[in-house]
Amino acid sequence: MLILAAGAIALGAGWVSGAAAIAVLVIMFTSVVSIVWTAFVGGLETRRALAPYGLLKPGIIWLSLFFLAPLWSMLEMSLSTKKSRFDFFPSFSWHWGNYATALTDFGPQFGRSFFYAATATVLTLLIGYPLAYVIAFRGGKFKSVLLGLVAVPFFTSYLIRTLAWQNLLADEGPIVGIINKLGVERVFEFLHIMDNGRLMNTPAAVIGGLTYNFLPFMILPIFVSLEKIDVRLVDAAMDLYSTATGAFRKVVLPMSLPGVFAGSLLVFIPAAGDFVNAQFLGSPQTTMIGNSIQDQFLRQLNYPVATAMSFVLMAVITVSVLVYAKFMGTEELM
Amino acid sequence: MSGALSTRQRNGRRFINGVAIAAMLYLFAPIVMIVLFSFNNPKGKFNIVWRGFTLKNWKHPFASPELTDALLVSLKVAVISTVCATILGTMIALSLSRYKFKGSGVVNLFLVLPLTSPEIVLGSSLATLFIARGTTFGYVTVIIAHIMFQVSFVAVTLRARIRGFDWTLEQAAMDLGATPQRAFWKVTFPLILPGILAAALLSFALSIDDFIITFFNAGSLVTFPLQIFGASRVAIPPQINVLATMILMGSISLMVVGFVLGLRREKITLGTAKSSGK
Repeated sequence: MLILAAGAIALGAGWVSGAAAIAVLVIMFTSVVSIVWTAFVGGLETRRALAPYGLLKPGIIWLSLFFLAPLWSMLEMSLSTKKSRFDFFPSFSWHWGNYATALTDFGPQFGRSFFYAATATVLTLLIGYPLAYVIAFRGGKFKSVLLGLVAVPFFTSYLIRTLAWQNLLADEGPIVGIINKLGVERVFEFLHIMDNGRLMNTPAAVIGGLTYNFLPFMILPIFVSLEKIDVRLVDAAMDLYSTATGAFRKVVLPMSLPGVFAGSLLVFIPAAGDFVNAQFLGSPQTTMIGNSIQDQFLRQLNYPVATAMSFVLMAVITVSVLVYAKFMGTEELM
Repeated sequence: MSGALSTRQRNGRRFINGVAIAAMLYLFAPIVMIVLFSFNNPKGKFNIVWRGFTLKNWKHPFASPELTDALLVSLKVAVISTVCATILGTMIALSLSRYKFKGSGVVNLFLVLPLTSPEIVLGSSLATLFIARGTTFGYVTVIIAHIMFQVSFVAVTLRARIRGFDWTLEQAAMDLGATPQRAFWKVTFPLILPGILAAALLSFALSIDDFIITFFNAGSLVTFPLQIFGASRVAIPPQINVLATMILMGSISLMVVGFVLGLRREKITLGTAKSSGK
């Protein structure tokens, strides 16, 4: 199966061409035939031993072809040069300059992406943890109904939900109206949430949109880990004269950390690469790296720089996930 | 947790309950807006500010043909890709939970990777591959892209669902003279079917709603999210809200049906196939 996957990647990524491609196909073909042959001759025992690989094969080949091979061609593209503005098939040339361009020209976008995503992750944790806690421990028989309610908003399209925030945050919309009526614009301006009496097109609007859109990804894993906790453990802590806060801090919180860990990843990763919220709720001063990648790739057709940015994004995310895993001391949670 | 609570503890509980209620309101605020603005009578091209109540959008929900066409394209893509991805993903999940074999750790990691990569990386890298190979963008590329992220999703969610599955049931069927195939189709498959359907339903929803990956691989094909994105720059017709409300109602009723069916099933099987975790 490894041979097959490697062959598929090789073909997909275009490492081989012409005669070599045929050779790879022959190798793939013989390995399939030999597997089928051993299964046929080997009887029940061998067939059982080979069954898991047989079941895995189609899916894994699909992923090799359309997940791994693309990463390779992306790496290749990010080191290619575009000879002119209208050169749509850049050629490979170990051109590291694309990475320099990506980091110098789009530094602010990278910075904003990670800052916004990190802030949104913290906010989803602050909002999501109490909600998951209440559903898990005080939901009673309505637990699954409440959990269903959390999911309901996400049955509408992602884009439509974000557009709805335009309605909510608009200058003539309800939230600005309430703030003005209460006369607390100053407070919001001071907190840098409002800008010149506007909520729309501010960094706060973008962060708010990210927080909203990825909130369930925080709530669900935390709920799952909280639900596994045996309530009697808390009772035991209380019997041993722990305070309610102490019981939470020493018993519930540590046991829910796997959920917090999974939730933070599920929020941070998509939020860092998102460009919809910045597009709909932000301004040119709040663009994130996703906006730049999309613009360079689909509008400027500048594939080398766009793919270099994608690669940097992926590398930074991978590194921060590893550091975070180390920090939480939860490598086994992966 | 029982027993007398001090005032401080009671206040603490109230505070947490309050935060939870506020969080629920936060979750539903945009949904209320979407439903409300489907009754709006906007003056210009943008349905952003409230201008008065009307039913005319609901009388002509399909007044904007591009929107309806795009919805049909999305449905087509979602049906095809979900069927393929469910088959591939179920096979992987079965293989991982049924057998202990060398390399399962690598396969596990490999499955999680697409789910933990930002969509923009998946979308742009796949598009790079298609560009480098000279593939024309369209239905095929979009469906390939959707299957790619759905396979991982189906495999991972289904594996979590069948983690506690009692494989001795299959053994029992074989001891009673069933062939392995018959034991699988008559015993195992019916028991894990709800899990498969749930995973398929969720991945269908992912496909219908996917924007970023599709955006990179669609070429001139316009799916529902792409249509909304394109429209949002020039005009936002209230029909978007009408269709969104309809989809919302549809999915809520599907969920209610699923909930009721799930209750009934639980009564019948009485926990033979305990779904662990989720």
